[in-house]
Amino acid sequence: MAIKTEPFVLNLGPVHPSTHGVFRMRTTLDGEVVVDMEPVFGYLHRGIEKLAEERTYTGVIPLTDRLDYLASMSNNLAYVLAVEKLAGTTVPERAEYLRVIMAELQRIASHLIAVGAFLNDCGAFMTPILYMIREREKILDLFDMVCGQRLTYNYMRVGGVSHDIPDEFLPALDKFVRRMPGFIDEYDRLLEKNEILLVRAKGVGILPKELAINISAGGPVLRGSGVKWDIRKADPYSVYDRFEFDIPTGTVGDCYDRYRVRIEEMRQSVRIIKQAMEQLPLGAVKSEVPHLIRPPVGEAYAHIEAPKGELGFYLVSDNSIAPYRCAIRAPSLINLTALRDMVRGWKVADAIATFGSIDICMGEVDR
Amino acid sequence: MTIVETSLGLGGRLAALPPDWPGGYWWHWLVFVVIILIFVVVMVMAFIYMERRGLGRLQARLGPNRAGPFGILQPVADAIKVLLKEDIIPAKGDKLVHWLAPVVAFVPALMIFAVIPFQDGALLVDLNIGILYIVAISSVAALGVFMAGWASNNKFSLLGAMRDVAQVVSYEIPLILSIAGVVLVAGSLSMNKIVEAQSVPFILLQPLGFLIFFMAACAEVNRTPFDLLEAESEIVAGFHTEYSGMKFALFYLVEYTEVLALSAIITTLFLSGWRGPLLPPFLWFLIKVVAVFFLIFWVRSTIPRLRIDQVMAFAWKCLLPLALINLFITGLEIVALPDGLPWFLIFVNIAIMAVLILLWSRFFRLGGGRVEV
Amino acid sequence: MKFERYGIGIAKGMTVTFRHLFRKPVTTQYPEERLTVSRRTRGNELIWSKEKCTGCATCAKTCPQGVIEIITSRGEDNNYIVEKFEVDTGYCISCGLCVEACPYDALFMGYAYERAKYCRGELMMAKEDLLLSDEKQPSGYARPEVEAALPQQTLLLDRAEYLDKVKKRWDLRLPFGF
Repeated sequence: MAIKTEPFVLNLGPVHPSTHGVFRMRTTLDGEVVVDMEPVFGYLHRGIEKLAEERTYTGVIPLTDRLDYLASMSNNLAYVLAVEKLAGTTVPERAEYLRVIMAELQRIASHLIAVGAFLNDCGAFMTPILYMIREREKILDLFDMVCGQRLTYNYMRVGGVSHDIPDEFLPALDKFVRRMPGFIDEYDRLLEKNEILLVRAKGVGILPKELAINISAGGPVLRGSGVKWDIRKADPYSVYDRFEFDIPTGTVGDCYDRYRVRIEEMRQSVRIIKQAMEQLPLGAVKSEVPHLIRPPVGEAYAHIEAPKGELGFYLVSDNSIAPYRCAIRAPSLINLTALRDMVRGWKVADAIATFGSIDICMGEVDR
Repeated sequence: MTIVETSLGLGGRLAALPPDWPGGYWWHWLVFVVIILIFVVVMVMAFIYMERRGLGRLQARLGPNRAGPFGILQPVADAIKVLLKEDIIPAKGDKLVHWLAPVVAFVPALMIFAVIPFQDGALLVDLNIGILYIVAISSVAALGVFMAGWASNNKFSLLGAMRDVAQVVSYEIPLILSIAGVVLVAGSLSMNKIVEAQSVPFILLQPLGFLIFFMAACAEVNRTPFDLLEAESEIVAGFHTEYSGMKFALFYLVEYTEVLALSAIITTLFLSGWRGPLLPPFLWFLIKVVAVFFLIFWVRSTIPRLRIDQVMAFAWKCLLPLALINLFITGLEIVALPDGLPWFLIFVNIAIMAVLILLWSRFFRLGGGRVEV
Repeated sequence: MKFERYGIGIAKGMTVTFRHLFRKPVTTQYPEERLTVSRRTRGNELIWSKEKCTGCATCAKTCPQGVIEIITSRGEDNNYIVEKFEVDTGYCISCGLCVEACPYDALFMGYAYERAKYCRGELMMAKEDLLLSDEKQPSGYARPEVEAALPQQTLLLDRAEYLDKVKKRWDLRLPFGF
């Protein structure tokens, strides 16, 4: 004889210690089980796409910094690739290699925060995230050396990068790259085979392979579900076809697989940086483009493998100094559409852990 | 020595009546009440300080070090801040219950210290049912938590309070069963006699009992990995979301007082209390209490927390059968060797514990899974 | 023989945490200890050189936010006299595009980062507030000659050596860095 229960609506509201920004989940709970979940976002909308129409092509680059504020270099890179596709500019070799180094360093930094925040949501009281922030500080110092800022870099330019690296950069990067695999091993020893994490994250929040492909997910969310798709190998941009690296994939598509995929991707990024440092040529870092660029009339779409997924910029130009339309395909928003199906039937604690494992940045979702 | 003989001799009908105290029983009572209050307040503040600095060092950072030299006055600063805050009562909540809840939660935690021996025979009252009194009193604290959750008129708080009541009630049973194992070996329920029977500390004679007691007691006082009702990342602050000011301070104190009580009980039951070679017994007691507390917050800094259905499954499917088997094996040993336990039983017990843990981990599944909606 | 799920994973994690007790903590006790910032840091103020500026307003046109306001008048010798050069530092995002764009190297990013004000009106800096002085030093962003003169950045990687050199004023520090 079943007990009659009545579901009630709980608002895991916009202001919450673990919603990675301002995101509201209107959950319908039956006891502890999530029966339905409705995501409400838009609290961080700043009108970036509209603001981009009123700034010059170079002036949009600081705006793109603030999309996914934890991975600014990748945003800059995607936008600059789109403008170069429109305008047909070439980029010198040294600039390409510097772009790759910065993008991979940024990938490590973003994954550190993603994994740390996920473990924080699982309840590990800040210890893993503090260790990971300690390593992230080193990466931010490296970026600080190159472009003067630690979070919103404004480093890539149309036709190259803005500054060449200073003398102290390569020795510091070498020291970092030699010690980073040791730190990743330390994180593994702390938490990889931890029984409680296995119980919390294995089998929880499963995203089936067909659903992942149908909603056009990208990044670790897609690769965790078993699809071996990485834009750096499938549609190589910049000089990625000159490096050797593997693409880690998961099998089941649960939170644990996504967590493992991110850790392995960090290892592969270190490998790419080592190869790029060896192959770094001398030369200019920026080709000669006019101060105010006027690309010919047309449209272009450029996508890259950002840490959170596939980040794409669609630019329409009408031969003026400002873009006519700049549309942004944000990976976090597309990955978020699967949240409802991943969470129904699980408990509140699993909803929070699953949300943490998708790795959302609200700056991208709301733009 | 006279205190000990007198209290042992009078046994169960009267409390310890030391004849050489001037003024008799009431002076003894007054002195010990003052000692216990001072001990609890000072040690709780020391624990708050130790935990914050210790967690900081375990996480590669310093803890608070600005309030006073090395941050020693940090708990005092917290207390002053909390006293000066406005007392907010939810408009639609139940006001009387809201006011009573911290009191109901705090008083039992304080009452536990009446039977803990600080030194040879130095307790407030040497009940002959010492450990049973502790178990009975600690169940009342859960009621205070539930009252807090109910009176806050807040869905998060109610959710947190219900989780807490379920957890505390489930973990009482393995707790009591593991205590029963210790009582069997010691031969008495009185805390003083349990310490005196420990020429070999019971952690070696009852390793499985120690582990079960430790985990069940961590669940009782809501420490990681069972702190899901104050899980900051899920339900904000659980049952004490709507509390501010001195009432919140009382809940905060309740948590640390219970942890202190738990450390003191573990020291008495398993680590042979105040016994030790060179230093005065009170100092040994303090050292062991601090060591147990270190273990507790070391665990807190490392492992994530469990989900509520996993917590319940762990209690009922894993700890309860292990506690029963432990009791059974202890009983067998007592019956087979009635004149004291020889030392080689230590190794036998540790081997049995290893085998049981291996077997149980292989065979039981932890709760939940997806529910069809 | 795999030992998953027997408690070994938790024990390994706890040894990692325990070992951190014996490492130096990575905290920098601000304001007694300050790390040297990068040579190219984009601090939150601008420094303007009166002699080199010609009033071409390239910086004002390049700024994505439009925070620079320039009013000039025509002087003798057919040049501009800059009458008003005002920067709204409250609206500036420190992107540095103006500094990169200046063709005469007349604008510099600031080197300091502790420039909070109490009153919002103080954030509008007129031309007298933007001049070089002892408190306002330039940073080397897009200015290689300034960059060569500044000290190299202290990284966390070299923090131990740096802190040994800096004389700490924290009187109650225990010898082993408690």
